Amino acid sequence: MIAYIIRRLLYAIPILIGVNLITFLLFFVVNSPDDMARMQLGAKRVTAEAIEKWKAERGYDKPLVWNAGASGLAHATDTILFDKSVRMFVFDFGRADDGRDIALEIRSRMGPSLAIALPTFVLGLFVTVSFALLLVFFRNTALDVGGVVLCVAAMSISGLFYIIGGQYLVSKVWNLVPISGYSGGLDAAKFLILPVLISVIGGVGASARWYRTLFIEEINKDYVRTARAKGLSELAVLFRHVLKNAMIPILTGVVVVIPMLFMGSLLLESFFGIPGLGSYTIDAIGSQDFAVVRAMVFIGSVLYIVGLLLTDISYTLVDPRVRLN
Amino acid sequence: MDFKPVFLWSDILLWALVAGCVVLALYCRRQDYLRRAWRRVGESGIAMSSAMVLAAFMAVGMLDSLHYQPRLPAQAGNPDVQYAPEVLSALDALLSGLRLNSEKTYSAPLALSSFAKEMMERDGTQVRDYPRLQFGGAHLSDPSRHAADLSLRASVGAAGGVAAWAVLVCVLSCALAWRGRCSPVRAARAMWRGGDGHAGGERPVAWRAALVTALLLCLLAGIAGGLASGYHVFGTDKVGQDVLYLSLKSVRTALLIGTLTTLVTLPLAVALGLMAGFRGGWWDDAIQYIYTVLNSIPGVLLIAAMVLMMQVIIDTHPEWFETAAERADARLLALCFILGLTSWTGLCRLLRAETLKLRELDYVQAARAFGVSDARIMARHILPNLMHIVLIALVMDFSGLVLSEAVLSYIGIGVDTTMNSFGTMINSARLELSREPVVWWSLAAAFVLMLTLVLAANLFADAVRDAFDPRFQWRARRISKRAAA
Repeated sequence: MIAYIIRRLLYAIPILIGVNLITFLLFFVVNSPDDMARMQLGAKRVTAEAIEKWKAERGYDKPLVWNAGASGLAHATDTILFDKSVRMFVFDFGRADDGRDIALEIRSRMGPSLAIALPTFVLGLFVTVSFALLLVFFRNTALDVGGVVLCVAAMSISGLFYIIGGQYLVSKVWNLVPISGYSGGLDAAKFLILPVLISVIGGVGASARWYRTLFIEEINKDYVRTARAKGLSELAVLFRHVLKNAMIPILTGVVVVIPMLFMGSLLLESFFGIPGLGSYTIDAIGSQDFAVVRAMVFIGSVLYIVGLLLTDISYTLVDPRVRLN
Repeated sequence: MDFKPVFLWSDILLWALVAGCVVLALYCRRQDYLRRAWRRVGESGIAMSSAMVLAAFMAVGMLDSLHYQPRLPAQAGNPDVQYAPEVLSALDALLSGLRLNSEKTYSAPLALSSFAKEMMERDGTQVRDYPRLQFGGAHLSDPSRHAADLSLRASVGAAGGVAAWAVLVCVLSCALAWRGRCSPVRAARAMWRGGDGHAGGERPVAWRAALVTALLLCLLAGIAGGLASGYHVFGTDKVGQDVLYLSLKSVRTALLIGTLTTLVTLPLAVALGLMAGFRGGWWDDAIQYIYTVLNSIPGVLLIAAMVLMMQVIIDTHPEWFETAAERADARLLALCFILGLTSWTGLCRLLRAETLKLRELDYVQAARAFGVSDARIMARHILPNLMHIVLIALVMDFSGLVLSEAVLSYIGIGVDTTMNSFGTMINSARLELSREPVVWWSLAAAFVLMLTLVLAANLFADAVRDAFDPRFQWRARRISKRAAA
């Protein structure tokens, strides 16, 4: 097991190098730093000095990959590639346009992101699985058909509408919770309850429908008939046999997103003014802060790779037939 | 000429895509197994209804993709013909009433007077009241006849809609009668009862569902058209533009994003998936490496990074674009390109796996033994057997792309802000809910149209999937993609 994990971690290195290379190509080769400076400064203030100053402030005034002016090892290290890309491997992301350290900012914003993503994840999974089980329990009845229709309709509505509608109804018309904002400690609950509910409701349609198919597929298998023949009640069959076996495909989709929870949700956080990583990313996109976007891309990839690894490990835990080799 | 045709790149690509679909349909008619699969789609009432709805949206989008510049009135002493700088479309020409009759600011759907009070002079004194609209209901001198006028216009429009539907039914039954060699009356009756005029052991095509949907669409369009002749059906937005017009214009953007993206996805996914699966070896390793890397970057972030870079390119090269329409168009195409670049990996992985399976089958081995070249085996023996996967994936991705356009435009990395799209509509309408009293109509219009389009696309995609490949678990793929976003 440990050997497997180590090997998988080694596999991650070339992938991260690839991600790093893509971001480097995107941010420094497709557009030269001069172009970026010109755009950010605006057409009026573009002078050669202004561009040089802009580049120097961000450390973009070095050669791209090979510094001919330096000596020894600095040939390679005193370049944009090393400064901006290679350093990301040790989670050193440099400074954002407002002068703050990106790594520090990310660490402080992870908390609020998790505070909203974790309850969403747990509650969402619970609600979706229970709803799907309910549909399966009442399969081939009007309730089942109605539930599936509801799921399809729910997944055809843009997430934006759930957020806008929920905010309008609950916060404005019913005045139950504040529209947006955040505070530390237990006080945060009143700010978090609405976004969590909205994203659970918004996500239930698509997943519940898929889980229902998985359960239905499982319920037609021989072992279920055997269990029924033994005289088990329908509920016992559903929970003890069907749910257990259908967990394997469900895990594939679910475990991979667990590490991504740290990233937060772009839309929810920006609508509800929660100072997490999602709103950090949106703000960076809005103000065209390239350094922050680059850092988020890299962190996102790292978390995704961790998620894949966790998925494989969780397989062995739930399915004894799977051996990691 | 009264106008000068303008060919935007997205127009050309969209029409090329439509032509491609026609060619593909002709090809499908000749291939028995494909014809059968499509017939199974036709047997489902839900599929036929949603196909009708999609066709209506497509018609709007295609009309909106015929662009031209109108000629300016000739000036005295200037013999040269001059054209207006703004680029219009055939849809604009059809809806010129809606486009030109704008108000000063917000007005509620079907309202007679403006949404905000204004100072005005009445009987010599200054009063503060709601002013009458410049266009909406301006023909009514007596406001108390508002309801009567509304119902009159709606019923005239509805009658027109029913008439249009009757024409459609006549044309359709004549066509079926010609194909089935029977009288049109019999064909029409068979269509309604659920036999399609030339029953031959197959289950009937669900014409009734299609016709009922068409009737509903005709009625809605007729009523909306009747009311729009004198009112703003969905009200007006902040600068007084008609919301119905704006939302119809948004349809094109949604359709383009949903379809043109496939032009990028398809070649990449098919070529790379085939090569990886068939060649194996280092080809396989390299291609797998590429898509693992791309896949491991969260979709929204990769799109954001690419769009930011695209913005830099467009902003630093203003000389490339002659008109604002061209710039917006280039940006839309670039967005399609980016969405395609970030979304081919899933399809590629599926195609690689399927190719691996097909490669070992006997008929492929036999072709190899005969000395058929690799390229020919791939084109003749493997590619046709992958087509159903490609088709299903394309149809299923459509709705997701339409939804993601709205989100991306909201974040500010979507289409050009001057371009009409559901995303820009939602974005500008979002703060209107906090006004007092609430301005709900732009949001409601965007919601209704988007829900209809995406719901129809989802239902149609399900039917296509069930007809072409009922066993495969397509939903798993879609869910995992959505979770990543």
